[in-house]
Amino acid sequence: MHLSESVTTGYFFLAPWLVFAPVIGLLINIIFGGRLSEKAIGTVASLASGASFVVSVLLAWSLAAGHGAAVTVPFLEWIHIGDLELDWAFRVDSLSTTMMLVVSGVGTLIHIYAIGYMHEDVRFKHDPGRFRRFFVFLNLFIAMMMILVSGDSYLMLFVGWEGVGLCSFLLIGFWYDMDTLGRPSWANSNAAKKAFVTNRVGDFGFLIAAFLMFWAFGSFQFDEVFEAAHAVAPGVIVAITLFMLIGVAGKSAQIPLYVWLPDAMAGPTPVSALIHAATMVTAGVYLITRSAELYTLVPQAQYTVAMTGAITALFAATIAVGQYDIKKVLAYSTISQLGFMVAAVGMGAFVAGMFHLVTHAFFKALLFLSAGSVILGLERGHHHAEHAHHEKKPIGKSGKSKAESGHDEHEVFDPGDMRNMGGLRKTMPVTFWLYMIGTLALAGIVPFAGFWSKDEILLDASRHYPAVYILLSIAAFFTAFYMGRQIWLVFFGEPRHEAAAHAEESKPIITVPLMVLAALSLLGGALNLPFEGFHQLGHWLEYTLHEVEAFPLNLQVAGVSTLVALFAIFLSWLIYGRNPLKAGQPDPLKKPLGFIFTGMENKWFVDEGYFAVIINPFKKLSYFLADVVDWRFWHDWFHETVIAGTYNWLSNIGLNLYADQKGIDAFANWLGTATQSLSATLRKVQTGFVRSYALSVLLGVVLILGYLIVK
Amino acid sequence: MIPVEYYIVLSAILFAIGVAGVLIRRNALIIFMSIELMLNAANLAVVAFSSVLKTFSGQVFVFFVIAVAAAEVAVGLALIVEIFKAKHSIDVDQMSSLKG
Repeated sequence: MHLSESVTTGYFFLAPWLVFAPVIGLLINIIFGGRLSEKAIGTVASLASGASFVVSVLLAWSLAAGHGAAVTVPFLEWIHIGDLELDWAFRVDSLSTTMMLVVSGVGTLIHIYAIGYMHEDVRFKHDPGRFRRFFVFLNLFIAMMMILVSGDSYLMLFVGWEGVGLCSFLLIGFWYDMDTLGRPSWANSNAAKKAFVTNRVGDFGFLIAAFLMFWAFGSFQFDEVFEAAHAVAPGVIVAITLFMLIGVAGKSAQIPLYVWLPDAMAGPTPVSALIHAATMVTAGVYLITRSAELYTLVPQAQYTVAMTGAITALFAATIAVGQYDIKKVLAYSTISQLGFMVAAVGMGAFVAGMFHLVTHAFFKALLFLSAGSVILGLERGHHHAEHAHHEKKPIGKSGKSKAESGHDEHEVFDPGDMRNMGGLRKTMPVTFWLYMIGTLALAGIVPFAGFWSKDEILLDASRHYPAVYILLSIAAFFTAFYMGRQIWLVFFGEPRHEAAAHAEESKPIITVPLMVLAALSLLGGALNLPFEGFHQLGHWLEYTLHEVEAFPLNLQVAGVSTLVALFAIFLSWLIYGRNPLKAGQPDPLKKPLGFIFTGMENKWFVDEGYFAVIINPFKKLSYFLADVVDWRFWHDWFHETVIAGTYNWLSNIGLNLYADQKGIDAFANWLGTATQSLSATLRKVQTGFVRSYALSVLLGVVLILGYLIVK
Repeated sequence: MIPVEYYIVLSAILFAIGVAGVLIRRNALIIFMSIELMLNAANLAVVAFSSVLKTFSGQVFVFFVIAVAAAEVAVGLALIVEIFKAKHSIDVDQMSSLKG
């Protein structure tokens, strides 16, 4: 391997600090955080994440200086059993450094944003003490994500994989005991559980894949596995790759395991941006790219992966059209975009998939964080409106509109509901422009980053997989449509709620990281322009992936996708922009589309289907097992009646009645009685008269002397 | 020279009188005196044998007996005084609290 020759040069020895920096940050916040101010806590956490970013940059720089030769930095002996040697080593190659840069770079920006966001969020929820906990979890997440992307074996990858799953659980359930965004507290904790359990299903697939790998190759180590893979029957590889796909479907929210991601929006918005859009959910895409050498061996598996991704992309995009929650739309959009990535890596277009992963991390983080800014703006507006209410009586108009829409702010006000928004472009201009950039990037409009990466995927699909190309193009149409709908609903028209009318722009600590992300969304396409000599990302990843196809720009594909996107935006303007939605008015698509829109609105009833097919029968089975089998049969009948009853009967007859009562008891009682009667007899001797004692002494002496004399 | 049998007989008579005194009398002081009588009867027998056998060990032995008897008297009289203080009587038949 490469370790001996390369570790000595460059900054590779710093690799463990990818993980240590955030761990140190979270330890500082755990130990001293109680005495630190919110600013200090946020700064420590951001610096820790930033240190990780600096290390990533240094690693990438060293790697480039060494012409991209992969380097393994051994760090710790972990498990040594017989021949099995599992060590913690850091693998630094162009693929892992790309992920490191995205995770720590976007992660640091989101840390900074979260200082401002959580400052207000914890106050709107009346629990400022929770500020520190958030940053501890966030740093833990960065550390785990770094373990995931930097591990040099499937086992270390799995350690990180589980670690980020834990962080995801902790952060989705961050408000587990509080009502947020119009959701009751139990919905928040249920969302966390749902994410955790669904991911367990995926992890089961990953584990089976890992076991198969160990059974077939005797190793978890990437290089050793890839080397051995060529000599193994393709059936084994198919099994490994397909089980791995289950893991990918769990983590990267693909059909059929995507259902946890929309509910994961229960977490604070920075979490949605960092974990559930930019980084953790892309771990599955990373896993497939990392296993590129396995997937390219088995075209059947590749086709399955590509179709899974493409169907997910389209399916989730249709659901996004029918959602009202600003974050839910983005969540389904994320699923859809992850579908694009999975389809890309499934087709063998690993560079396109990674490219889209990177640009998506930029613009989706931007969109989520801007949505967070919108939500905070509405919360502020709601706060003001409530204060105004307490001073003067409510005016007639707002009272009427509330009665119509059924939104009584004193009961539940949902600042994430787009039906409560409208006209925010005037009150929150900075957020509006940032959101526009994110939207255009996501919709795939030239020259934003999303255009280049999505176009590369479509181009690859058009060459080899026409079915995937058609599915993805329709998905791209829906993408542009639902983003257009969101823009018109949120930022244009008239405010549909007092809170929207009073909304306020966010502070610079929130908007500045957004501007950086906006710049990246605007310019991120430059990473891999489809022109001769501009495939930087492609060349960079070629060090790791070996065979990379680079296609020049295909004007036909690019033109079609741009036209589709523009047409979708125009259509959304016709429906939502020309006649802005009024307060209390139902969605204008509801009437013409009828039951189709009802389906979109209700997520095609997939959750209900899962409940009917899996969860409810499972519950019934559990009740049956717990009540009938365990309690009534096993406990009541078998244990109580059969075992305990027999035992009691036997011990009563055999031991109690005979051995104990008639044997031991009787003997002990007889001993007592005998001693009593003996002593009663002997007591009579003790007369108490001294002279009688003296007489007995005399008689005794006479007897003994008499005996001696007579003898 | 008086034959030794005379001494022995006297000693036996004295001893018997002592035993009878201990058994018959109820006054603690009399019992005490009877015990002294028994001790001295024994002493008489010991010195009688000592003079016959021409050894001194018997006489030394008697000294020890006298010394022990003196100590016994001291302790015994003290006990009797204390009993009298408690019971206003020295009748041994009334000292029967150890009756079973």
